Amino acid sequence: MSFDAFESWWWPYLFILLAGWLATDIWRYIGVYLGGKMSEESDILVFVRCIATALVAAVIANLIVFPSGALADSPLELRVAAAIAGFAAYLFCRKQILIGIVAAELVLLSGLYLLG
Amino acid sequence: MSESPIAQPDEESRAFAWYLRGVRRCFSIPGLVLVSAFIGFSGLAREAGLTLAQTVFMTGVVWALPGQVVLIGAILAGNSLFAAAFAVALSSVRLAPMVVAITPEMQTPKTRGWVLYALSHFVAITSWVLAMGSFKTVPRPLRTAYYTGIGSTLVLVNMGVVATVFLVAETLPATVNAGLLFLTPIYFLTSLWGSARERAGHVAMILGLICGPVFHILMPGFDLLAAGVVAGVVSYAWHRMKAKNEEAG
Repeated sequence: MSFDAFESWWWPYLFILLAGWLATDIWRYIGVYLGGKMSEESDILVFVRCIATALVAAVIANLIVFPSGALADSPLELRVAAAIAGFAAYLFCRKQILIGIVAAELVLLSGLYLLG
Repeated sequence: MSESPIAQPDEESRAFAWYLRGVRRCFSIPGLVLVSAFIGFSGLAREAGLTLAQTVFMTGVVWALPGQVVLIGAILAGNSLFAAAFAVALSSVRLAPMVVAITPEMQTPKTRGWVLYALSHFVAITSWVLAMGSFKTVPRPLRTAYYTGIGSTLVLVNMGVVATVFLVAETLPATVNAGLLFLTPIYFLTSLWGSARERAGHVAMILGLICGPVFHILMPGFDLLAAGVVAGVVSYAWHRMKAKNEEAG
């Protein structure tokens, strides 16, 4: 029952609904259910925020270390260097996300250009 | 707070005014940055063999980039429906605490439940950061209207962006496509750091960055959950220890 298991036009959409929408929105609904019963400052929220942040950080690191598509052909060292450069630029420029993105892309693209 | 307990005649127009302020809040650097992240996602989905309609549909119904990226990965790997759903669910656990944090800030005794459930679909990093950062300037009863403005604008604009990029990606050289795919991680790397509410969030992020690839090799399939729990628990323990030391000192 993979994404391209059936020929019917609606199967990919059902796949996206079940594996994408349901798997995602169920957590949002659980959050609403729990959110009405919790204080904003409670220590449990610090705990769940810690786990949530760490989860997304793990996704980020994996996208940089184990990328897919056209990015997979670039050297790991270049991707890590570009990410560090972007983050450093972000920190030094008063936490401007856009500057971080531009700096990281500049390092990555010039690296790719130099490597031919 | 000078909110009158009696419903005011102009309540609806005030709500609409705050809805528009929410819409306007999106036309800011974080909104522009999110657009760049969805430009990257569109390239990723296209590379995985999705159609234009499927990519736009996924953006609207999932509305969480990590989940969308994981779903694309599962489709690429030919995973079964159940395995794909499980992986996406793991990557989307973080939405529950985000909603838990934002719901009490929008809730009043008069707020209807379904409004909160419907609005929760808009919760993802950017809308969350934009709202949490500006809620203190929004009167509490009008925060749902304000958040509707932020959420609906971000979703609709980015569905349009994803469609546009999907159509032009074909004409782009490989180097530019690599750059597009790099937008997503860099976006998260910076936005997550800025959205941390306490020092423990930064600790959790650094530990998560290290744990992600390590657990990816050690326990593929469970890497996100394992990394999230291990790094999250350690950073929370650090938070408690720090709080205790401050109390003692």
